[in-house]
Amino acid sequence: MNRCPRRCRSPLGQAARSLYQLVAGSLSPDSVEDEFELSTVCHRPEGLEQLQEQTKFTRKELQVLYRGFKNECPSGIVNEENFKQIYSQFFPQGDSSTYATFLFNAFDTNHDGSVSFEDFVAGLSVILRGTIDDRLNWAFNLYDLNKDGCITKEEMLDIMKSIYDMMGKYTYPALREEAPREHVETFFQKMDRNKDGVVTIEEFIESCQKDENIMRSMQLFDNVI
Amino acid sequence: MAAGVAAWLPFARAAAIGWMPVANCPMPLAPADKNKRQDELIVLNVSGRRFQTWRTTLERYPDTLLGSTEKEFFFNEDTKEYFFDRDPEVFRCVLNFYRTGKLHYPRYECISAYDDELAFYGILPEIIGDCCYEEYKDRKRENAERLMDDNDSENNQESMPSLSFRQTMWRAFENPHTSTLALVFYYVTGFFIAVSVITNVVETVPCGTVPGSKELPCGERYSVAFFCLDTACVMIFTVEYLLRLFAAPSRYRFIRSVMSIIDVVAIMPYYIGLVMANNEDVSGAFVTLRVFRVFRIFKFSRHSQGLRILGYTLKSCASELGFLLFSLTMAIIIFATVMFYAEKGSSASKFTSIPASFWYTIVTMTTLGYGDMVPKTIAGKIFGSICSLSGVLVIALPVPVIVSNFSRIYHQNQRADKRRAQKKARLARIRVAKTGSSNAYLHSKRNGLLNEALELTGTPEEEHMGKSTSLIESQHHHLLHCLEKTTNHEFIDEQMFEQNCMESSMQNYPSTRSPSLSSHPGLTTTCCSRRSKKTTHLPNSNLPATRLRSMQELSTIHIQGSEQPSLTTSRSSLNLKADDGLRPNCKTSQITTAIISIPTPPALTPEGESRPPPASPGPNTNIPSIASNVVKVSAL
Repeated sequence: MNRCPRRCRSPLGQAARSLYQLVAGSLSPDSVEDEFELSTVCHRPEGLEQLQEQTKFTRKELQVLYRGFKNECPSGIVNEENFKQIYSQFFPQGDSSTYATFLFNAFDTNHDGSVSFEDFVAGLSVILRGTIDDRLNWAFNLYDLNKDGCITKEEMLDIMKSIYDMMGKYTYPALREEAPREHVETFFQKMDRNKDGVVTIEEFIESCQKDENIMRSMQLFDNVI
Repeated sequence: MAAGVAAWLPFARAAAIGWMPVANCPMPLAPADKNKRQDELIVLNVSGRRFQTWRTTLERYPDTLLGSTEKEFFFNEDTKEYFFDRDPEVFRCVLNFYRTGKLHYPRYECISAYDDELAFYGILPEIIGDCCYEEYKDRKRENAERLMDDNDSENNQESMPSLSFRQTMWRAFENPHTSTLALVFYYVTGFFIAVSVITNVVETVPCGTVPGSKELPCGERYSVAFFCLDTACVMIFTVEYLLRLFAAPSRYRFIRSVMSIIDVVAIMPYYIGLVMANNEDVSGAFVTLRVFRVFRIFKFSRHSQGLRILGYTLKSCASELGFLLFSLTMAIIIFATVMFYAEKGSSASKFTSIPASFWYTIVTMTTLGYGDMVPKTIAGKIFGSICSLSGVLVIALPVPVIVSNFSRIYHQNQRADKRRAQKKARLARIRVAKTGSSNAYLHSKRNGLLNEALELTGTPEEEHMGKSTSLIESQHHHLLHCLEKTTNHEFIDEQMFEQNCMESSMQNYPSTRSPSLSSHPGLTTTCCSRRSKKTTHLPNSNLPATRLRSMQELSTIHIQGSEQPSLTTSRSSLNLKADDGLRPNCKTSQITTAIISIPTPPALTPEGESRPPPASPGPNTNIPSIASNVVKVSAL
């Protein structure tokens, strides 16, 4: 229900309106009114039982998750701005907006610009309750920005820069410009088996399974909730 | 981190999955959820009104009454609820703070009652949300002013730190109430200003006749007396001006200020008159100069606060006044033209030209109506009446606007000062809150290192030093710690960062070798003093750090030629060592002797090698450190 297109359609009407406003004395654009027609849309998630079937969370865990979700997003869906703002509260020193964007795209599986509670809980279910392979798959999906099945150096560089951005300026040792790039080189050396410049999902999973540290750190997610 | 998003912490921790595959170092252990009990509802009975909420909601703020164990004192065993004998209305706001993370101030509430309640529940008023903060501060300031009314005058008499003579003089000039001398000076100048103005006025009054000539104004009859009075006044004004000029903190700014210009203009005519006393040619100009003597009346504005405010508001209303003038001018020109052409026909009309009609239009529009110019034709009379009617409208309409502008600007001025004062405090608040959370992390890191060091050195009887953090906080800190591990950089606070930058730029001077160590005794200590806390429990003490470093000095002597990385080897390795709980070998090693960097031969050369090759003969072999300047080393 956007009144704007109708208003702008006739310049004559617009001129008449502005003349009227000039005479009547108010020249300020009434843009504030338009903002009030915002999201009265409310999204309700599916029932608790269906979510229980689709995800690996228990009923109580779903309840706790939903309460927290609804607290920050009363309308039932998160858009990118909201998402970034919530995530930035955990990283006061740096700029987490880029990484939050990547996360948002990873959670928003149907690419409709918003994350509903189902998407949210589905993603969390994989990360927190999935097998190690599931988790690695999810991480690969996060890195693969254009979702074409392989990670290029540019994609990895973007991801790396966004992670380093979260550190902020005051770090020790001081962040240098080349740090993300070097880190990407290390990563590719480790992961890219056939040295073709891209990392496919098989290479990724294989290399991760061989790396003790990564395997161990994947187990950190077992008891987050 | 606002506790309102505490519920999203599991999501943030899950999102860390993106860091795991790219991290080169192992991640720290997650904090254990020691008392993992199911979330339960607790009942809070406040003077009979029952509130219920989840326990975890209250635990979001562990340093308040409801979030800590302090509420156990209020637990009623019989009814299994927490009973508080306090105001239930304010408790609603307090509980909403826990729920939403924002504290609101209800306008109907008395400010001191509200403050009392907040103090009882251990909540700082600074957390009040932006929506209610201004109101809260305004009310609080009014209250404080009410209380402080008596003490206000005494504050001015307090002994200030000894000011120089010049500064005392300036203060005396600006604030006549500071000392009796200043007050005397203030009244004396005021008196002389009044005398001077009255003299100027009386000078021109006809004063009776001197026999044999026409009526003279008093100024010429008693010219000597008036001249003496004028001289006295001007002398006083000159002395005052010179004294002010001497005492002014910034003479240039003083000279440019309005008041000093008025002073100068007020006394210049006298001196100019002295200089060219009897020169007939310029006496005409001299007479005009005397007009400027009337400016002395403006000197009263130093004595009157109201005049100053009026002047300021006039200045700030300039646009409205200008608009009034402009619209008047437009109307005058229009009507003058019309009248001129309407009266052109009639004979002996006084409307000889359009500018001549201006006078008629102005007199008519302001409803003065002198009657010296009157239209005679019918058309002229019609337009004349329209002119007078419209005059009323044109003048009457902007005047209320200007008046309301005056009051608006006056109040706005006051509010602007208030807001400016608040803004600094609010920005400081926000900055403190932001650094608070990051400082909380840094602080707990240090404490965590200390604790782990204590555990490693096998002193189990030492309790946890420092405040125990809530589960949410420890989880958040673990999250930040994982990020540090992923990027191999640490969070530090701003001052350390500045210090490091300064030191690294100092270290760039290639000449120093051995003196560099002695010339930077603070270098290692300031940056490493954080670490030295672990071993010696003495914060920031130089001595233990140098003792610690004494063995490292051997190595650092050779490394100091290069830049920061050399020191990072020792420092960061300390860090990695201390909190790397995953490495089994570090159980037995003492921190004091453990971390000594063994510089590999290339690093021994004093050339500025920016990147010492990895020296990691430790147990963790698959940690390539080419990507970063951090070098893991083993214990000796």
